[in-house]
Amino acid sequence: MMKHIFAGAALLLSAGAALADERPSQAVIDAYLAATFGKAPPEWQARIKPDESLAVCNTTRNNPSSAQSEAMLKRESARVSYPADGKFLGDWKKGYQVANNGRGGQFSDAPNTVSGGNCFACHQLDPKEVSFGTLGPSLAAYGKDRKYDPETIKDAYTKIYNSMAVVPCSNMPRFGVNKVLDEQQIKDVMAYLFDPESPVNK
Amino acid sequence: MKLPMIGAAVLAAAMTMAAGHLTAQSPPLDDSEKEIERYRQMLSDPFSNPGFLAVDRGEVLWAEKRGTKNASLEACDLGEGPGKLEGAFAKLPRYFADADKVMDTEQRLLWCMDKIQGLDTREVVTRRFSGPARASDMEDLVAFIANKSSDMKIQPQLSHAKEKEMAAVGEALFYTRGGVNDFSCATCHAEEGKRIRLQGLPNLSVKGKPAQETMASWPTYRVSQSALRTMQHRLWDCYRQQRWPVPGYGTDALTALTVFLQKQAEGGEIKVPSIKR
Repeated sequence: MMKHIFAGAALLLSAGAALADERPSQAVIDAYLAATFGKAPPEWQARIKPDESLAVCNTTRNNPSSAQSEAMLKRESARVSYPADGKFLGDWKKGYQVANNGRGGQFSDAPNTVSGGNCFACHQLDPKEVSFGTLGPSLAAYGKDRKYDPETIKDAYTKIYNSMAVVPCSNMPRFGVNKVLDEQQIKDVMAYLFDPESPVNK
Repeated sequence: MKLPMIGAAVLAAAMTMAAGHLTAQSPPLDDSEKEIERYRQMLSDPFSNPGFLAVDRGEVLWAEKRGTKNASLEACDLGEGPGKLEGAFAKLPRYFADADKVMDTEQRLLWCMDKIQGLDTREVVTRRFSGPARASDMEDLVAFIANKSSDMKIQPQLSHAKEKEMAAVGEALFYTRGGVNDFSCATCHAEEGKRIRLQGLPNLSVKGKPAQETMASWPTYRVSQSALRTMQHRLWDCYRQQRWPVPGYGTDALTALTVFLQKQAEGGEIKVPSIKR
């Protein structure tokens, strides 16, 4: 039994080493990035300068070590800002609009485009909507299945505001931290998930 | 050749409308997936593919004397020797000793236009993507050149040190996240059987059929854009949807990604220009 555990650990170590060997130095990668994105406006280039957490995700291909994960959860949790009024739920009808809107943040968008959450791109929400993606889990009946529990509501707000405060190197955007959605938009999406009248829970 | 093509354009327009109808009527999921597959089958008919018009235009451009040197591109070496087109695209991108650089088809064409023809490549690059009243020499030439490798297998070139570097950097870039949504190529293309909305996503993180079918079907005629598009446009559009800054045309990170993707697609049978939604 012990032998198997050690063998497994050794395998993991060697796989990690192989990954590190294959990955060119950051300086080389940065030179390629500069060659391709170096003529974009400075504020756009700033968007592909990884912060501390994203740098870890990039070098580990979203598989941070347990120490890195622990540090990331702590660091990202500190970046979550909760509503001053203590209310997590807005208007589910507006939340649908946010969830259904895939605009914003693209170089083809007008500069003052209001960004959407584009939730349907990756998640099932309203079970009657057939056009949904599968990169993320189904969120149909999300609030209902969780009995509209207040703790769960707060956790969902955290997840939308900063996914990496919940799951290290989560694939999901950090909507609040990266200022894709503002507080009211997040509250409205929250209502789309948690309002008993929302089609998500029908 | 001309007449059937007009018919083809009408058919393509009809198919676009059929696709719009398809999403509007919202049938149950299984049916909609079957309908999309049927639509794809319809699209893959080569006789209804206006992409072959781009091939014809590219053939004319290839032989046309242009630039300050009043020369054609026929002396251009795409890797198999000056003017040798058969199979050249199947081995691109590759290392070129005269430029001391790994180049994809577009980069090599621009190099030849500059060195052999003395053509103003900045002007050519302003027309890199065709529009309603704007022809693209690059799209037409790539369609012509790529078509000369149709029915051949993708053969990634990875023997030169710089080709190896390109593949390794391309792989790292595939997993590099950024932009306001923290997206990388891998966000969408690293798992089997995933979709964005109803659009299926090929898993390009491993070697195999999805990577082969993807890379072997570019350049392609995009029905929704009424234009032939090359891998340069595909990657430009991916980075746009990733919420990254606008990538420069024919630049090294795009070539590195292409080398990596060709490596994943090794052995894929090229059928180009293809036709897609």
